[in-house]
Amino acid sequence: MRAAILAAEHLDLLIQALRDSGYLVIGPVRDELAIVYDEIRSVRDLSQGWLDEQEKGHYRLLPSGDGRYFGHTVAANAWKKFLNPPKRLLWRARQHNGQLQFMPQSEDAPQLAFLGVRSCELHAIEIQDAVFVHDQHRDEVYSQRRQSLFTVAVNCTRAAATCFCASMNTGPEVTLPSDLVLTEVLDDASHYFLVDGGSERGRNILATLPLRAATSKQQALAKKGIESARQQMQTGPRFFDSAGIKELLYRNLESPAWDEVADRCLSCANCTLACPTCFCSAVEDTTDLTGEHAERWQQWDSCFNGEFSYIHGGSVRQTTRSRYRQWMTHKLASWIDQFGHSGCVGCGRCISWCPVGIDITEQLQAIQQADKP
Amino acid sequence: MTEATSTSKHPSPSDDAPAGKAKLAVWKFTSCDGCQLSLLDCEDELLTLAGQVDIAYFMEASSRQLPGPYDLSIVEGSITTPEQRELIQAVRAQSRFLIAIGACATAGGIQALRNMAQVDDYIQIVYANPEYIDTLDRSTPLSDHVNIDFELRGCPINKHQLVEVISAFLNRRRPRISEHAVCVECKLNNTVCVAVSRGEACMGPVTQAGCGALCPRYHRPCYGCYGPKENANPQALIDWQSSLGIETVKILENFTNFNTAAPPFHNAASSIRRDRQNPPGKSP
Ligand code: SF4
Ligand code: SF4
Ligand code: SF4
Ligand code: SF4
Ligand code: SF4
Repeated sequence: MRAAILAAEHLDLLIQALRDSGYLVIGPVRDELAIVYDEIRSVRDLSQGWLDEQEKGHYRLLPSGDGRYFGHTVAANAWKKFLNPPKRLLWRARQHNGQLQFMPQSEDAPQLAFLGVRSCELHAIEIQDAVFVHDQHRDEVYSQRRQSLFTVAVNCTRAAATCFCASMNTGPEVTLPSDLVLTEVLDDASHYFLVDGGSERGRNILATLPLRAATSKQQALAKKGIESARQQMQTGPRFFDSAGIKELLYRNLESPAWDEVADRCLSCANCTLACPTCFCSAVEDTTDLTGEHAERWQQWDSCFNGEFSYIHGGSVRQTTRSRYRQWMTHKLASWIDQFGHSGCVGCGRCISWCPVGIDITEQLQAIQQADKP
Repeated sequence: MTEATSTSKHPSPSDDAPAGKAKLAVWKFTSCDGCQLSLLDCEDELLTLAGQVDIAYFMEASSRQLPGPYDLSIVEGSITTPEQRELIQAVRAQSRFLIAIGACATAGGIQALRNMAQVDDYIQIVYANPEYIDTLDRSTPLSDHVNIDFELRGCPINKHQLVEVISAFLNRRRPRISEHAVCVECKLNNTVCVAVSRGEACMGPVTQAGCGALCPRYHRPCYGCYGPKENANPQALIDWQSSLGIETVKILENFTNFNTAAPPFHNAASSIRRDRQNPPGKSP
């Protein structure tokens, strides 16, 4: 199907069409302090007219001064919390007449529609699919939510200073399959979305909307927006050639750069928890006071936590140096050995949300500079 | 959530449990009672607890006093007088397990601010008849005096964590209490970081979790009432906050409150004071 135009004032029709089809729609909303992904019921819930200013260890919400719905970049939280809940009860057990009764917890997976997924984020979801759906240990909660997931992707027409998808080849233009893809254009007095249907169910939704055929000028304007986001990244300080990173890191496991970053790192885990691809969790059992009821809980964990590498006798990674090195080499090197692609999509969240402004792209440069091949 | 049921045979776990109910004692040293009150505040669980244990000594709740030995002693407060120094030894000797609760018992509490000053000067100022005062010159955590089986942090402690620790000891398992940063709770709760989004002097990255990131949930920075997290790096936080232009007194204040005597916080405060006297870059 040829690209079509959805007038901005009809965006709500898309949201309502998804809701009418039974989807719980999640999209960018304005929290008091940042843009976050959360449930939306109508277009009024969207963070229209707000921008994110992002730098290392820095995020500010600013009025954009225009009526764009998607003028900001990635939200503070990643979509992963909707597919892989941060805390979940796996089973409960009851002790009765000397017998243990197990009650596994299962759920009726909500049917989710994500509105406003960026290209890097589609890549991140694909990366998590490799872990939770296609790997040998399939995660049922994730897999079920993922199976019914409807995505409305949005091409980025602006990059934050922390974005580096252009370096990781994951954006700013949407290239992975998505049920729908939007590009927002605000030009003089006209405000519209260029819309593409990427699946049967996507096209079925489109069939219910008042669309017009896109003129070649409208298509060119949409392209121009994406190119300007690419330009912003290519001329910024976080643009680099990501070829050969794995080898670079593997031959620099004893680089002095690790010592320097360890002095600044708090091992607070914010980077891994904000990251849309980090997938680790811990599983813990607990009882009530009587000892007659037990529960098993799973919750997100991080390689920056001491307990994460706890084995008999203590934590294997006691030092911050070893934890930072684990995180960065996993993201950029051993992830490739494990899953065939990098674990970083260049969304910049770990840079913005690090409370002391540690920047993975700077660290990479530091290792490059100290590299003695 | 729906439930499916399966059953498996299991030997009775009570085989090696001591006969009768476990005897619980709750002790108070130098403290404000806030942590003990957390126990009384556990309305839902208190009745269950009373059914599981024999509350043999808990002055805050009942005048009944049974002699030791006790299976589990829960101790609030720091050691600040010569008598307390003796008493904590006796409590330890009478207790199978001893759990320290709260910032006072685990770090010396706010009263450990005296550790940095001359205690006699304070006594002269505060008391009308200083001669009646017999006090130690430092406020110290229980672990300076006796072996502790578990330390539960917080000022005050979180009642759900207290129930978890008691359940763990009654059922002989590891308490499900994490030593990681408050930040982990912010992220798990979907709370937007106030340090990054507002430039606040938040102590969360060097503070142990357990409160559920209570302050950031209300858009306020953490002030460190749970004390240092495992592997804390206060210096890195101080450097960053200084670079943002946050006032030194504000940064110092965060390290000199309820956990002022916890070594990582104490050392951080000392380093701030040192740098104030001899600013780095200028030779003294
Ligand atoms: S490592 Fe950082 S930039 Fe890369 S995907 Fe994760 S959060 Fe985004
Ligand atoms: S970087 Fe750390 S938290 Fe992230 S997936 Fe790897 S081991 Fe897990
Ligand atoms: S890199 Fe930053 S966010 Fe990550 S653990 Fe270190 S201090 Fe925390
Ligand atoms: S608000 Fe404070 S505790 Fe929460 S993530 Fe930010 S720095 Fe950590
Ligand atoms: S956020 Fe910090 S100061 Fe507030 S209750 Fe928790 S540990 Fe205490």
